[in-house]
Amino acid sequence: MTLKEIKDLVQGEIICGEDYLDQQIECVFASDLMSDVLTLKDVNNLLLLTGLSNLQSIRTCEMSDISFLLIVRGKEVTEEMKELAEDNDMVVIRTEYSMYKTSGILYNAGLPAVY
Amino acid sequence: MNFVYHVEGGDFTNAGSTSSQVKRMLKKIGVSPEIVKKTVVALYEAEVNIVAHAYRGDITVDLEEDHIKIVLADEGPGIPDIDRAMQKGYSTASQKVREMGFGAGMGLPNIKNNSDSLNITSEVGKGTTIELINYFQ
Ligand SMILES: Nc1ncnc2c1ncn2[C@@H]1O[C@H](COP(=O)(O)OP(=O)(O)OP(=O)(O)O)[C@@H](O)[C@H]1O
Ligand SMILES: [Mg+2]
Repeated sequence: MTLKEIKDLVQGEIICGEDYLDQQIECVFASDLMSDVLTLKDVNNLLLLTGLSNLQSIRTCEMSDISFLLIVRGKEVTEEMKELAEDNDMVVIRTEYSMYKTSGILYNAGLPAVY
Repeated sequence: MNFVYHVEGGDFTNAGSTSSQVKRMLKKIGVSPEIVKKTVVALYEAEVNIVAHAYRGDITVDLEEDHIKIVLADEGPGIPDIDRAMQKGYSTASQKVREMGFGAGMGLPNIKNNSDSLNITSEVGKGTTIELINYFQ
Protein backbone atom coordinates (compact mmCIF):
# COMPACT_ATOMS: atom_id res chain seq x y z
CA MET A 1 0.00 0.00 0.00
CA THR A 2 1.32 3.46 -0.80
CA LEU A 3 1.74 6.25 1.72
CA LYS A 4 -0.77 8.24 -0.30
CA GLU A 5 -3.40 5.52 0.25
CA ILE A 6 -2.55 5.40 3.94
CA LYS A 7 -2.85 9.14 4.25
CA ASP A 8 -6.30 9.04 2.64
CA LEU A 9 -7.48 6.13 4.82
CA VAL A 10 -6.71 8.00 8.03
CA GLN A 11 -7.61 11.44 6.63
CA GLY A 12 -4.08 12.45 7.38
CA GLU A 13 -2.17 15.63 6.82
CA ILE A 14 1.31 15.61 5.30
CA ILE A 15 3.85 17.31 7.53
CA CYS A 16 6.82 16.64 5.28
CA GLY A 17 8.01 14.33 2.54
CA GLU A 18 5.29 15.12 0.02
CA ASP A 19 7.56 13.88 -2.77
CA TYR A 20 7.75 10.34 -1.43
CA LEU A 21 4.04 9.53 -1.16
CA ASP A 22 4.26 6.83 -3.82
CA GLN A 23 6.53 4.75 -1.53
CA GLN A 24 5.16 1.32 -0.66
CA ILE A 25 4.53 0.33 2.94
CA GLU A 26 4.61 -3.37 3.80
CA CYS A 27 4.21 -3.49 7.56
CA VAL A 28 3.45 -1.40 10.59
CA PHE A 29 4.73 -1.06 14.14
CA ALA A 30 2.90 0.96 16.77
CA SER A 31 4.52 2.18 19.98
CA ASP A 32 5.00 5.17 22.23
CA LEU A 33 8.10 3.64 23.77
CA MET A 34 11.20 4.65 21.87
CA SER A 35 13.41 1.88 23.29
CA ASP A 36 10.86 -0.56 21.96
CA VAL A 37 11.13 0.97 18.49
CA LEU A 38 14.92 0.83 18.76
CA THR A 39 14.81 -3.00 18.95
CA LEU A 40 13.39 -3.33 15.43
CA LYS A 41 15.77 -5.03 13.04
CA ASP A 42 14.34 -4.90 9.53
CA VAL A 43 12.65 -1.55 8.98
CA ASN A 44 12.51 -1.50 5.19
CA ASN A 45 9.10 -0.25 4.04
CA LEU A 46 7.98 -0.03 7.64
CA LEU A 47 5.56 2.60 8.91
CA LEU A 48 5.84 3.65 12.55
CA LEU A 49 2.67 4.71 14.33
CA THR A 50 3.16 6.73 17.46
CA GLY A 51 1.34 9.08 19.79
CA LEU A 52 4.67 10.52 20.88
CA SER A 53 5.26 13.75 19.05
CA ASN A 54 8.58 15.25 20.10
CA LEU A 55 12.14 15.53 18.88
CA GLN A 56 12.99 12.13 20.33
CA SER A 57 10.42 10.33 18.18
CA ILE A 58 12.14 11.81 15.11
CA ARG A 59 15.63 11.04 16.50
CA THR A 60 14.55 7.47 17.14
CA CYS A 61 13.52 7.13 13.49
CA GLU A 62 16.84 8.63 12.44
CA MET A 63 18.86 6.14 14.50
CA SER A 64 16.82 3.11 13.48
CA ASP A 65 16.60 4.04 9.77
CA ILE A 66 12.82 4.40 9.85
CA SER A 67 11.71 6.74 7.06
CA PHE A 68 7.94 6.74 7.48
CA LEU A 69 6.15 8.10 10.54
CA LEU A 70 2.46 8.49 11.27
CA ILE A 71 1.63 10.58 14.32
CA VAL A 72 -1.78 9.85 15.81
CA ARG A 73 -4.27 11.89 17.87
CA GLY A 74 -3.43 15.11 16.07
CA LYS A 75 -0.43 15.85 18.24
CA GLU A 76 1.36 19.04 17.35
CA VAL A 77 4.53 18.76 15.25
CA THR A 78 6.99 21.55 15.96
CA GLU A 79 9.07 23.33 13.34
CA GLU A 80 12.21 21.78 14.89
CA MET A 81 10.78 18.28 14.49
CA LYS A 82 9.82 19.00 10.91
CA GLU A 83 13.32 20.27 10.09
CA LEU A 84 14.96 17.22 11.64
CA ALA A 85 12.59 14.93 9.74
CA GLU A 86 13.33 16.76 6.49
CA ASP A 87 17.07 16.48 7.11
CA ASN A 88 16.56 12.72 7.27
CA ASP A 89 14.36 12.54 4.16
CA MET A 90 11.44 11.25 6.18
CA VAL A 91 7.76 11.27 5.42
CA VAL A 92 5.72 12.45 8.40
CA ILE A 93 1.94 12.25 8.34
CA ARG A 94 -0.40 13.33 11.11
CA THR A 95 -3.91 12.09 11.78
CA GLU A 96 -6.58 13.16 14.25
CA TYR A 97 -7.54 9.51 14.72
CA SER A 98 -6.54 7.63 17.89
CA MET A 99 -3.89 4.92 17.97
CA TYR A 100 -6.51 2.16 18.17
CA LYS A 101 -8.65 3.53 15.38
CA THR A 102 -5.66 4.15 13.11
CA SER A 103 -4.29 0.66 13.77
CA GLY A 104 -7.69 -0.91 13.09
CA ILE A 105 -8.15 0.93 9.82
CA LEU A 106 -4.69 0.04 8.52
CA TYR A 107 -4.91 -3.58 9.67
CA ASN A 108 -8.31 -3.96 8.04
CA ALA A 109 -6.95 -2.51 4.83
CA GLY A 110 -4.45 -5.38 4.74
CA LEU A 111 -1.32 -3.92 6.30
CA PRO A 112 0.26 -6.57 8.55
CA ALA A 113 2.03 -6.04 11.86
CA VAL A 114 5.81 -6.21 11.76
CA TYR A 115 5.54 -9.10 14.27
CA MET B 1 40.74 9.93 15.23
CA ASN B 2 39.26 11.17 18.50
CA PHE B 3 36.15 13.26 19.05
CA VAL B 4 34.67 14.46 22.31
CA TYR B 5 31.08 15.56 22.79
CA HIS B 6 29.43 17.01 25.86
CA VAL B 7 25.96 16.02 27.07
CA GLU B 8 23.84 17.82 29.67
CA GLY B 9 21.47 15.95 31.96
CA GLY B 10 17.80 16.80 31.41
CA ASP B 11 18.42 18.36 27.99
CA PHE B 12 15.97 16.39 25.89
CA THR B 13 16.11 18.91 23.06
CA ASN B 14 19.68 17.99 22.22
CA ALA B 15 19.55 14.34 23.27
CA GLY B 16 20.68 12.35 20.28
CA SER B 17 22.70 15.06 18.57
CA THR B 18 25.96 13.25 19.29
CA SER B 19 24.50 10.02 17.93
CA SER B 20 23.38 11.92 14.87
CA GLN B 21 26.87 13.29 14.22
CA VAL B 22 28.46 9.90 14.70
CA LYS B 23 25.95 8.37 12.31
CA ARG B 24 26.87 10.88 9.60
CA MET B 25 30.56 10.24 10.20
CA LEU B 26 30.22 6.45 9.93
CA LYS B 27 28.12 6.69 6.79
CA LYS B 28 30.64 9.02 5.23
CA ILE B 29 33.55 6.63 5.74
CA GLY B 30 31.53 3.82 4.19
CA VAL B 31 30.70 1.58 7.16
CA SER B 32 27.94 -0.89 6.24
CA PRO B 33 24.36 0.24 7.05
CA GLU B 34 23.78 -2.65 9.51
CA ILE B 35 26.85 -1.78 11.52
CA VAL B 36 26.06 1.94 11.41
CA LYS B 37 22.60 1.17 12.72
CA LYS B 38 23.65 -1.08 15.58
CA THR B 39 26.34 1.39 16.63
CA VAL B 40 24.11 4.44 16.66
CA VAL B 41 21.23 2.61 18.34
CA ALA B 42 23.58 1.59 21.17
CA LEU B 43 25.10 5.07 21.34
CA TYR B 44 21.71 6.80 21.27
CA GLU B 45 20.38 4.65 24.14
CA ALA B 46 23.50 5.42 26.16
CA GLU B 47 23.33 9.12 25.31
CA VAL B 48 19.67 9.29 26.33
CA ASN B 49 20.57 7.51 29.59
CA ILE B 50 22.94 10.35 30.48
CA VAL B 51 20.22 12.90 29.69
CA ALA B 52 17.59 10.89 31.57
CA HIS B 53 19.51 9.65 34.59
CA ALA B 54 22.73 11.66 35.08
CA TYR B 55 23.79 15.29 35.52
CA ARG B 56 26.27 15.62 32.68
CA GLY B 57 28.68 13.55 30.69
CA ASP B 58 31.32 13.36 28.02
CA ILE B 59 31.21 11.05 25.06
CA THR B 60 34.57 10.17 23.55
CA VAL B 61 34.54 8.56 20.15
CA ASP B 62 37.67 6.84 18.98
CA LEU B 63 37.40 5.98 15.32
CA GLU B 64 39.93 3.45 14.08
CA GLU B 65 40.35 1.71 10.75
CA ASP B 66 38.48 -1.45 11.71
CA HIS B 67 36.44 -0.46 14.76
CA ILE B 68 34.85 2.31 16.74
CA LYS B 69 35.27 2.65 20.48
CA ILE B 70 32.86 4.88 22.36
CA VAL B 71 33.27 5.86 26.00
CA LEU B 72 30.41 7.61 27.77
CA ALA B 73 31.51 8.91 31.15
CA ASP B 74 28.95 10.72 33.26
CA GLU B 75 28.68 12.50 36.56
CA GLY B 76 25.51 11.31 38.20
CA PRO B 77 23.90 9.10 40.79
CA GLY B 78 25.57 5.96 39.45
CA ILE B 79 23.96 2.54 39.19
CA PRO B 80 23.82 0.60 42.50
CA ASP B 81 23.16 -2.81 40.92
CA ILE B 82 24.32 -3.10 37.32
CA ASP B 83 23.05 -6.68 36.85
CA ARG B 84 19.60 -5.58 37.88
CA ALA B 85 19.74 -2.47 35.66
CA MET B 86 20.64 -4.71 32.71
CA GLN B 87 17.40 -6.66 33.09
CA LYS B 88 14.63 -5.91 30.62
CA GLY B 89 11.92 -3.79 32.20
CA TYR B 90 13.95 -2.43 35.11
CA SER B 91 13.65 1.35 35.18
CA THR B 92 13.78 4.18 37.68
CA ALA B 93 12.91 6.79 35.05
CA SER B 94 11.04 9.88 36.23
CA GLN B 95 7.64 10.93 34.93
CA LYS B 96 9.34 13.57 32.78
CA VAL B 97 11.57 10.95 31.15
CA ARG B 98 8.54 8.73 30.50
CA GLU B 99 6.76 11.61 28.82
CA MET B 100 9.71 11.90 26.46
CA GLY B 101 9.08 8.31 25.32
CA PHE B 102 11.71 6.62 27.49
CA GLY B 103 11.66 4.57 30.67
CA ALA B 104 10.78 1.12 29.35
CA GLY B 105 13.85 -0.39 30.97
CA MET B 106 15.06 -1.61 27.62
CA GLY B 107 17.94 0.73 26.91
CA LEU B 108 20.76 -1.20 28.55
CA PRO B 109 19.62 -4.55 27.08
CA ASN B 110 19.42 -2.79 23.70
CA ILE B 111 22.96 -1.48 24.14
CA LYS B 112 24.19 -4.97 24.92
CA ASN B 113 22.46 -6.46 21.87
CA ASN B 114 23.97 -3.83 19.62
CA SER B 115 27.57 -3.85 20.72
CA ASP B 116 30.38 -6.33 20.10
CA SER B 117 32.01 -5.51 23.41
CA LEU B 118 30.45 -3.70 26.35
CA ASN B 119 31.86 -2.71 29.70
CA ILE B 120 29.91 -0.82 32.35
CA THR B 121 31.39 0.51 35.57
CA SER B 122 29.62 2.69 38.07
CA GLU B 123 30.17 4.29 41.41
CA VAL B 124 27.15 5.33 43.45
CA GLY B 125 27.13 9.07 44.04
CA LYS B 126 29.81 9.68 41.40
CA GLY B 127 28.85 8.43 38.01
CA THR B 128 28.75 5.77 35.36
CA THR B 129 31.10 4.87 32.53
CA ILE B 130 30.04 2.81 29.55
CA GLU B 131 32.57 1.61 27.05
CA LEU B 132 31.48 -0.06 23.87
CA ILE B 133 33.31 -1.30 20.82
CA ASN B 134 31.93 -2.26 17.43
CA TYR B 135 33.98 -3.79 14.63
CA PHE B 136 33.35 -2.81 11.03
CA GLN B 137 33.69 -6.34 9.65
N1 LIG C 1 23.95 6.76 33.08
C1 LIG C 1 23.17 6.32 34.09
N2 LIG C 1 23.27 6.88 35.33
C2 LIG C 1 22.51 6.44 36.34
N3 LIG C 1 21.61 5.45 36.23
C3 LIG C 1 21.47 4.85 35.05
C4 LIG C 1 22.23 5.25 33.90
N4 LIG C 1 21.89 4.46 32.86
C5 LIG C 1 20.96 3.62 33.34
N5 LIG C 1 20.70 3.83 34.64
C6 LIG C 1 19.77 3.09 35.51
O1 LIG C 1 19.49 1.83 34.91
C7 LIG C 1 18.08 1.73 34.64
C8 LIG C 1 17.86 0.93 33.37
O2 LIG C 1 18.39 1.65 32.24
P1 LIG C 1 17.77 1.37 30.80
O3 LIG C 1 18.43 2.25 29.84
O4 LIG C 1 17.80 -0.09 30.54
O5 LIG C 1 16.24 1.77 30.99
P2 LIG C 1 15.58 3.21 31.09
O6 LIG C 1 16.56 4.26 30.70
O7 LIG C 1 14.97 3.36 32.44
O8 LIG C 1 14.41 3.10 30.01
P3 LIG C 1 14.61 2.99 28.40
O9 LIG C 1 16.07 2.96 28.14
O10 LIG C 1 13.91 1.75 28.00
O11 LIG C 1 13.96 4.19 27.85
C9 LIG C 1 17.59 3.16 34.61
O12 LIG C 1 16.21 3.30 34.85
C10 LIG C 1 18.43 3.80 35.70
O13 LIG C 1 17.95 3.45 36.97
MG1 LIG D 1 17.61 4.05 28.90
